[in-house]
Amino acid sequence: MSEITPETVRHLASLARILVTDEEVEKLAKELDVIVESVATVKGAVSADTPATSHPIPMSNVYREDVVKPSLSQQEALSNAPDQADGKFKVNAILDEE
Amino acid sequence: MSELHKKPASELAQMLRSGEVTSVQLTELFLDRAEKLNPLTNSFLRINRETAIEQAKHADELIAAGKAPSVLTGVPIAVKDNLTTTDAITTAGSKILENYLPQYDSTVVSKLRAAAMPILGKTNLDEFAMGSSTEFSAYGPSKNPWDLERIPGGSGGGSSSAVSGFLAPIAIGSDTGGSIRFPAAVTGSVGAKPTYGAVSRYGLIALASSLDQVGPVTNDVLDAALLQDVIAGHDPMDSTSLVDSLGQMADFASKTDVKGLRVGVIKQLASDGFHPGIKARFDESIQLLVDAGAEIVEVDCPSFEYAVSAYYLILPAEASSNLARFDAVRFGQRVLPEGNPTIERVMAATREAGFGPEVKRRIILGTYALSSGYYDAYYGSAQKVRTLIQQDFEKAFAAADVLISPTAPTTAFKFGEKLDDPLAMYLNDVATIPANLAGIPGISVPNGLAENDLPSGLQILAAAKNDGVMYSAAAGIEKLHNDKWGKRMIDFAPELEVN
Amino acid sequence: MAKAELMDFDEAIEKYEVVIGLEVHVELNTNTKMFCGCANEFGDQPNTNVCPVCLGLPGALPVVNGKAVEYSIAIGLALNCSIASDGRFARKNYFYPDLSKNFQTSQYDEPIAFEGQLEVPVASGKVYNVAIERAHMEEDAGKLSHVGGAGRIQGAEYSLVDFNRAGVPLVEIVTKPIFDSGSEAPELASAYVRQIREIVKAMDVSDARMERGNVRCDANVSLRPKGQEKLGTRTETKNVNSLRSVENAVRYEIQRQAAILAAGGEITQETRHWHEDKKYTSAGRPKSDADDYRYFPEPDLVPVQPTEELIEEIRTRLPENPASRRARLQQEWALSDNEFRDIVNSDLLDEIDSTVSLGVSAQSAKKWWTGEIARIANVEGKEISELSVTPEDVAEIEKMITDGKLNDRLAREALSGVIAGEGSVAEVVSAKGLEVVSDDGALTAAVDKALAEQPDVLEKIRAGKEQAAGAIIGSVMKEMRGQADAGRVRELILERAKS
Ligand SMILES: [Mg+2]
Ligand SMILES: [Zn+2]
Repeated sequence: MSEITPETVRHLASLARILVTDEEVEKLAKELDVIVESVATVKGAVSADTPATSHPIPMSNVYREDVVKPSLSQQEALSNAPDQADGKFKVNAILDEE
Repeated sequence: MSELHKKPASELAQMLRSGEVTSVQLTELFLDRAEKLNPLTNSFLRINRETAIEQAKHADELIAAGKAPSVLTGVPIAVKDNLTTTDAITTAGSKILENYLPQYDSTVVSKLRAAAMPILGKTNLDEFAMGSSTEFSAYGPSKNPWDLERIPGGSGGGSSSAVSGFLAPIAIGSDTGGSIRFPAAVTGSVGAKPTYGAVSRYGLIALASSLDQVGPVTNDVLDAALLQDVIAGHDPMDSTSLVDSLGQMADFASKTDVKGLRVGVIKQLASDGFHPGIKARFDESIQLLVDAGAEIVEVDCPSFEYAVSAYYLILPAEASSNLARFDAVRFGQRVLPEGNPTIERVMAATREAGFGPEVKRRIILGTYALSSGYYDAYYGSAQKVRTLIQQDFEKAFAAADVLISPTAPTTAFKFGEKLDDPLAMYLNDVATIPANLAGIPGISVPNGLAENDLPSGLQILAAAKNDGVMYSAAAGIEKLHNDKWGKRMIDFAPELEVN
Repeated sequence: MAKAELMDFDEAIEKYEVVIGLEVHVELNTNTKMFCGCANEFGDQPNTNVCPVCLGLPGALPVVNGKAVEYSIAIGLALNCSIASDGRFARKNYFYPDLSKNFQTSQYDEPIAFEGQLEVPVASGKVYNVAIERAHMEEDAGKLSHVGGAGRIQGAEYSLVDFNRAGVPLVEIVTKPIFDSGSEAPELASAYVRQIREIVKAMDVSDARMERGNVRCDANVSLRPKGQEKLGTRTETKNVNSLRSVENAVRYEIQRQAAILAAGGEITQETRHWHEDKKYTSAGRPKSDADDYRYFPEPDLVPVQPTEELIEEIRTRLPENPASRRARLQQEWALSDNEFRDIVNSDLLDEIDSTVSLGVSAQSAKKWWTGEIARIANVEGKEISELSVTPEDVAEIEKMITDGKLNDRLAREALSGVIAGEGSVAEVVSAKGLEVVSDDGALTAAVDKALAEQPDVLEKIRAGKEQAAGAIIGSVMKEMRGQADAGRVRELILERAKS
């Protein structure tokens, strides 16, 4: 059974902010379906009480002193900005005009 | 000095100290080679002649004043292009960062600068280190110096081809699932992935944060150890950076006696799926070890069966989040769709145009693995498999000091061979992935020529933080091989010639 | 956007059961941000308190501010929460241009503090026991401003982002649903927020100034017909940034939702925005299944595991809890319930407490703060906290009154001078020459002059009508430009009239 439908791909692509053409959606759905079917074997490998590992080397309580360090200058901060105005990063409107 | 470029860094360092050669001479030698040969290998995305020479002059001054800060002071080096540098565009092999000049140096690069090692340039990689062949670089693939029609491994094919083609004496790589070790195996060179946290990740453009580790790419084990000594150490800018020192790797690498060494052969990584030539070389190496007095034990790691699957859930999941910052707001490319688009549409169009197919594939796969309703089954289960793999390793290292396997199932394949079959590409990493999932150190050393007279690699793994044990074993096996072959395997490589 | 149809509040409470839930974000007043060493200050020039970490540049990594963890534990303890022995950070993934990494580093299923409760008294004397679900650490986003469209997000031509606020440490405190508050729901909501403010201010972990966004409240409101088990659909009103707004917004939502339900309509689950100027909420982003934050444990940060010793040490440093402090102060100050509630409601407890501790009587302190100072704040349309008057100023003025150096009118003039920024009390008094004239010679001359000018009044006084002296006092005070002690002037008039 196909788990990854074109609809799923469209939804995921929108969550991930990637524009996809209809062609790409079809292709990705097929590819991902094969991959997902293959990696899904992990489900059968573990049980409810198997602990999860998120960090390979166990460590805890790593903290920084609350002491101010030099920041970038405004010019440095904006040096790679695709667009800027008034010392700020400039972006297109957030909402569509109604 | 005709063969100077083939000398290991350890020897070049001695010559620098004794005054036989200057850093400027060495740096120019490698810059000349790189500029001449890069059109063949596409190892470098950028060669920084000016800054490298400047750094070499600085190194020469320090050496002359008797103030060399490191054993490797003055030895030039190549750096993978996913480590930020303030004096060179850093692209991570992606179009989205085409003109990106970072505002800060990665910690590893800062350490190279502190050691006064001239940086020759930035090396090619699969886009954001996603791949095993460099075919996914937005700037074209790198070529394997042994056969220019074949891949140099990936993602760090730029560094492996630069070192095995002697365009650079040593290089920096990064290894998330084998990106240092696999390229080393298919180019007859040496590549080590230190214990997770031994080398700072600050300034390494993240692929999968819990798997990524920076490490050395060299032509022999001692060089790798020397380079790890330069780049390792606690970094307060990286919360996962190890606090304790693991010792001087160069000291460990000078111990080459394998007598009494308990060598574990992983049952699951000893036969299935490995090409016959790879398997034959591997068996020969086991015999060499036995003859030298090592003790061979078979270890069982049943959960390795699920390692590749767990890896291809964890990696895309973390990558999908790490790569969210490429959004056309603060840096990088911005693509403006027609009309009067919202920033949301600008982001989507930029990411569509700026990311290549493999990156998009993995981002969408990772988004799926984390999405509500699927998290437990996919990402959650993968994290649990990770626990099982760690438990397998724990048992194995109770019985053995180091574990060995072939580094990769095949020798270098031809361009395009696996490009349309993501799963086949992913299986290249079957032997290297478990070390990343468990955070343990691994190294690939040359293991003789296999299919098509191309190099194969032997992987040596040690328990977490036992990088020293790994270097001793690797140096021991390397010595057995060199004694047998009469020279380093890299010395069998064909000369690169520009017609 | 027009105001919605509203139902009369009492009618709404009659028909429906109100359920509220409150999320309060408290900005910590640490020196630096949550995950980097940039100054925790955002009144500065835009994008000057930023670094690779809080700008989300490629390769940058977070490191937790230990002080922020301690402050968060303190808040948890003050809210009678359990403190997690093993907490973690998680990534909340969503794209927004003010979110530099396009994920917020927050806490998900392992918050630092959980399962607490807070007793909140309201005017009726009833004390609500508000159950706290959790308090977790997270980072703030940058600040967006909109250009065109009157500065609003709707209709804006483009937007600008300042990341100075990005990464500022926040503690988000979430209540469990609060039932059974009925008509007191709006008041309870604001009393709860006030109490959180008092707590974090007393502990000095936040500047706690709502007008600056140090404390921000999102109010969830839902209604259900009385007797119905199932919870109604809720709305989440954001941007309620004063105590008054909290109360008004909850009241408004109750009335708005009641009108919709009574008309047979359905409540849309959505975020709404409170407009304090026009006193209404407007629809924001609809909540939908598309909201999928794909939380997963932050791989770049290691677990937060506070030790018992640390927790106990923080506990010993906690200030008195607000409820017992209030009870103590009311008793010490000997104020009636009504008088004391005035103080609490006008948020002047700390100011008056400090003033009293400088030796001023409770009655006088109360008189100054809830009287003249509150009046000036009101006239200037400011919060009292925004006026530049301190308990020290009030104490000094009071002392001058006691010493006979100022009379009531002069004291008020001195105060308004201080508030107008003309200097300290002493400076204002001397610059304006406000001190009471106690030189009898000058006063006697003025009295004689006034008596001579009004012989009819002089006659009356001589005839024993001492109350007639009032007219002369008035003339003398006018002559002395108010700077005389009225009592002394009266004495002198009687003395001179009879001589
Ligand atoms: Mg939150
Ligand atoms: Zn910062």
